[in-house]
Amino acid sequence: MGLQVDIRKDFGAFRLDVSFEAGRELLGLLGASGCGKSVTLQCIAGIERPDAGRIVLNGRTLFDSEKHIDLPPQERRVGYLFQQYALFPNMTVEKNVAAGAWRLPKAERKAAVDAMLEKMQIAELRDKYPRQLSGGQQQRTALARILINEPEALLLDEPFSALDSHLRDRMEREVMAVVRDFGGTTLLVSHSRDEIFRMSDAVAVYNDGRIDAFGEKHALFRDPKTYTAAMLTGCKNFSRISGLRHENGRTVFFADDWDMELSVSGVRTGDMVGLRRHYAVLADAPGPNVYEMEVTGAIEDPFEYILLLRRPGYAGEPFGWTVTKDEYRRLPPGNLLLCFPDPALMLLKE
Amino acid sequence: MDWFPLWNSLRIAAISTFIIFFLGIWAAYGIAKLPRLVKGVLDVILTLPLVLPPTVVGYLLLRVLGPKRVVGAFILSVFGVKLVMTWWSAIFATVVVAFPLMYRTARGAFESFDETLAFAGQTLGLKNSYIFWRIRMPACRQGILAGTVLAFARALGEYGATSMIAGYTPGRTATVATTVYQLWRTDNDALAFRWVCVNLAISAVVLLAVNFLERKEKNRPARLRKEAA
Repeated sequence: MGLQVDIRKDFGAFRLDVSFEAGRELLGLLGASGCGKSVTLQCIAGIERPDAGRIVLNGRTLFDSEKHIDLPPQERRVGYLFQQYALFPNMTVEKNVAAGAWRLPKAERKAAVDAMLEKMQIAELRDKYPRQLSGGQQQRTALARILINEPEALLLDEPFSALDSHLRDRMEREVMAVVRDFGGTTLLVSHSRDEIFRMSDAVAVYNDGRIDAFGEKHALFRDPKTYTAAMLTGCKNFSRISGLRHENGRTVFFADDWDMELSVSGVRTGDMVGLRRHYAVLADAPGPNVYEMEVTGAIEDPFEYILLLRRPGYAGEPFGWTVTKDEYRRLPPGNLLLCFPDPALMLLKE
Repeated sequence: MDWFPLWNSLRIAAISTFIIFFLGIWAAYGIAKLPRLVKGVLDVILTLPLVLPPTVVGYLLLRVLGPKRVVGAFILSVFGVKLVMTWWSAIFATVVVAFPLMYRTARGAFESFDETLAFAGQTLGLKNSYIFWRIRMPACRQGILAGTVLAFARALGEYGATSMIAGYTPGRTATVATTVYQLWRTDNDALAFRWVCVNLAISAVVLLAVNFLERKEKNRPARLRKEAA
């Protein structure tokens, strides 16, 4: 049970070629804009037609190019929450929700719509038109219209991008509650790694029409394996590496752009090393992965400082280290002795 | 004063507008979905009557519908009906001449329709006919209404093609436009002036109707207007 997707589509400028499976969980599709995340949703919903491949939902084949199956969107039972909600502008909130309830027997429709309006807390807005609603209210109406339609899968296409930031947190919680209650396969498209991390069970990282990395979210954020996945999951410091060798069960390499020899446990390979900005720690004494660093500048964020670091005497670009304002005030003057701990270093393929 | 020309003009304009309404929407909707090249060619053909002199349209219609021409001869031999020089012959002329106004305004409205609304309807399982009549048409209402009124006004004032295909027979094929010309030609200036006044009055009423519709449109919710425009 769940959703199996294996599709290809050529757009000339770029090629979509993805294959993944999602159970009764929330799968986040993370990627930069224009990398094929939304098109994937459109193919599943039947709004776009893939050139080739297969889409199966709960054992039902929605699309199969070899068997010439291509169900119209009407028969797919896939709920699609559009970025701008796509509420029908000529209908009131109540009529919009009722439009989704057409499968129910006529006698039950009114009561079902009333219950759904109540559940989504839009009962008082029933006679309002979409343009009279706030972004959050529009989203609730759109969700109500989808849920009353009883879909088998839920597709959320950048659901919070049209909302003001102060509304976003609240709607995120509300949508999460709706998704948990729904319980079926849900796909969430977003370019925000925080949003994806908070909401998803599993994550697929898109890069130029392909899935670069796929996995349970904690595992994926801990070890993204590829440069794109590391970048999209928020890693900001990268260096090319050279002289990679294995010694006593450890992997030793030279980070060219940082001018440091570093090592990590285990026998691993890669073309690059990534280091998240939060993960360096002050060291008391020299040791492996410990270096004296020169602070070349500091950028003040609302609650943090980003210190720009490089080896003393090294002419390359400095990289960033994030510390809280409290930590910043307690830093010793002059150069810092810093440890780049093993688990914080991610060996990546390009 | 014999009011026949007014009655004749109104019935011709009304019937042609009825035909143009469905034909124009059908063409506009169908063509918006076609590939670009086909769309471009069909667009030129369908818009041509807008820029051609009505006499050219009249000439071309006579070449097809005349009693000795392909279609005209066929209808005459099978049904014994002559397609030209009757009051309803003018409908052929007005439909062809006024069609582009409906077609173009409706197409503009359809093209600015937010297609995600249709997609949303489809994913909810709504039938395509429901989406067309209950979502797409209401959203494009203003453009379609404007096209209809413009087509009616144009059909009402058609002279060139009408005079060629229906001629001027008082009490049978005379319209307001052909009557004015005939009266002026025969030096009946006083009566011609009266008909000119009638024509001005009708045009003013039509324009008032357009303005009224637009004002009603303005009173509607802002977002509806934006999406209908």
